[in-house]
Amino acid sequence: MFLDICKKYPPTKDNLIYILHEIQDTHPQHYISEEAVQVISEYLAVPVNHIYGVLTFYSMYSTKPRGKYIIRLCESPPCYIKSSDIILRRLKSLLHVNVGETTKDGLFTLELCACLGVCGNAPVMMINDDVYGDLTEEKIDSIIDKLSEV
Amino acid sequence: MIKKVNIWLDGKHLEVPETMTIIEAADKYNVNIPRLCYHPDLPPTANCGVCVVEVAGNPTPKRACCTPVAEGMKIVTNSKLLRSYRKTLVEMILSHHDVVCPTCSANNKCELQTLANNMGVDPDTLPNIMHKAPIDATSPSIVRDVNKCIACGRCVTVCNDVQTVYALTFSDRGIESQITSAFGSGMANSACVNCGQCTVYCPTGALRENSDIDAVWDAVLDPLKHVIVQEAPAIRVSLAEEFGMELGTITVKKMYAALRKIGFDAVMDTNFTADLTILEEGTECVNKLKSGSKRPLITSCSPGWIKFMETYYPDLADCVSTAKSPMSMFGVLSKTYYAQEQNIDPANIVSVAIMPCIAKKFEARRPEMRDSGFQDTDYVLTTRELLRMIKEAGIDLKYVKEEDADETMSFYTGAGTIFGTTGGVMEAAIRSAYTLVTGEELEEIDITAVRGLEGVKEATIPVPGFGDLHVAVAHGLSNARLVMDRIREGLNTTGESPWHFVEIMACPGGCVGGGGQPYGNNMAMRARRGEGLYHEDRNLPIRKSHHNPEIKRIYERFLGEPNSPLAHRLLHTHYFKRSVNNGQVIEEATHKHH
Repeated sequence: MFLDICKKYPPTKDNLIYILHEIQDTHPQHYISEEAVQVISEYLAVPVNHIYGVLTFYSMYSTKPRGKYIIRLCESPPCYIKSSDIILRRLKSLLHVNVGETTKDGLFTLELCACLGVCGNAPVMMINDDVYGDLTEEKIDSIIDKLSEV
Repeated sequence: MIKKVNIWLDGKHLEVPETMTIIEAADKYNVNIPRLCYHPDLPPTANCGVCVVEVAGNPTPKRACCTPVAEGMKIVTNSKLLRSYRKTLVEMILSHHDVVCPTCSANNKCELQTLANNMGVDPDTLPNIMHKAPIDATSPSIVRDVNKCIACGRCVTVCNDVQTVYALTFSDRGIESQITSAFGSGMANSACVNCGQCTVYCPTGALRENSDIDAVWDAVLDPLKHVIVQEAPAIRVSLAEEFGMELGTITVKKMYAALRKIGFDAVMDTNFTADLTILEEGTECVNKLKSGSKRPLITSCSPGWIKFMETYYPDLADCVSTAKSPMSMFGVLSKTYYAQEQNIDPANIVSVAIMPCIAKKFEARRPEMRDSGFQDTDYVLTTRELLRMIKEAGIDLKYVKEEDADETMSFYTGAGTIFGTTGGVMEAAIRSAYTLVTGEELEEIDITAVRGLEGVKEATIPVPGFGDLHVAVAHGLSNARLVMDRIREGLNTTGESPWHFVEIMACPGGCVGGGGQPYGNNMAMRARRGEGLYHEDRNLPIRKSHHNPEIKRIYERFLGEPNSPLAHRLLHTHYFKRSVNNGQVIEEATHKHH
């Protein structure tokens, strides 16, 4: 399966980033496993330690299994001024996780990220590919409720 | 012809090659620019920023390690600004460094310690923001203490570029950036081959050997144990430098005396089994040549090389000599031949090896190395560990009266002693293989073509009755790759190897440059130690392994003849295929044949 993804790209080093992205995006747990790295390593003839270095350098990649929904709350100054810390506290208590952790039911992973470019609607977060702005504690409750139901 | 340029270094006019960097020019003229990550043997990485200098016409200081000299360049190496830059950098490093100098393995050798001391850093002004992380002691050979790591990257460069082992890498970024094995698996579960070059180049105590000093002291001080010791060729030229004697001085008889003072019950010598290796490996080589095999014979003494081969070239494992290393031959004989000769129960023998090598600790623990019915070599100490024991015992090697080794398993020839340097095993083998093939003695025994520090050395020796013997010597694992790739290509295309006989040593310079050698190492120092061994070789009465009377004796009294069934059972081994991902055994690559 990992090899099928690799084979969509010519086996040159510059395709490493694209292969990593596609493997992570198509994985139900949104991460890149050790096994996947070994397959890529063999395909591209790049040592596993180099791939691990790239993988951990970019914050968008994860080496640990993550939830179905990845929550990325902006921690940049404009959101902070608009009380993103209160939103963070709400998310932590609602989901019973710390930053970087995944809920026991495997549904949500809580992460922090840099500016999402929609400071006009601060505080802002993304869940997978969707942006949620003008967050309040009430809004958080209903978003999480809604996603939990599905 | 390299063009020269005029520079002014601290006001002094110099003419230097334009290919030099500022730090290289300064080093050449003995101007010491402070540095942490730069090392003369390695390409600069410009990680630490300590080597900053002021260059006229530039608004900000330049890093001397990666700034090339240029015509008319005016360089200032010391100023108020530079002092404050450097001091701030060192203070920042120290504030998340585990400052435990008195108990650190690198104490008095640590480049960070020296720098901080020279700069007069006041510890009271430093906040400590270090979060102590667990130490990686998974490997029998190498311990990684990330709390002492300053992320200079020398180990990463050595591991990936010089040795092409690909075990260590930088992970994460910014303040979280650290050096680790892939997936933080620990050194034992990585591609690490235990060569230990990372420990030699580490400027602090973040990388060190997994120490066996306490276990050896316990054995030595146990009256019920018969503790015997062997020392590798390189040890005798690597102790002097620590006791105020000239680098590379041969201190073999002082070494024996010091080991007796420490309390070893019998002091023997690995050089003896180096001679034995020549007989076993040389016979194997000659049989291969006579059989008309197109596959080469490759030496097997270096355990870093062996694990590297098992990881990256298992398809060529059948080309590697089945002979165990001199250390492991000694280990197994110490609990069989020696036990029998001395009438000692092998269960009470503790066999200790002093090695310039960290990978030997791994080798000693390999399950194959138990042919005596016990672990053949109980403990391996590095040169650094032996130096600590000598110092703990209060011995000043300079003033120790010379003593001889015990009689059994210690007599050696010049061929045995040059095993410790790149090209030495090849030269020693040729001296004897020539006789094994032709029945005549080789007259010109200084085979200078295989000496020196060139990465890959080749030579052709005319052997009457056989033809031209083509040999190659590689040291450092990136050079080993060059040789192995050519062998693989040759065998896969024409079915022939470019060489009949190949010597490979994992460490640059050979064992004298081993991962267990004293800190503060560089290629120039390795060469000096190697010269010490050639010097000893020239002055020994016997310089060919097959003339060693003790070797003749062990075959007469115990082993029969080279490659006899008993010799095969005790002195030969087999190899495995290992995973490039975690270094673990996948399957047998060759079979043990009895």
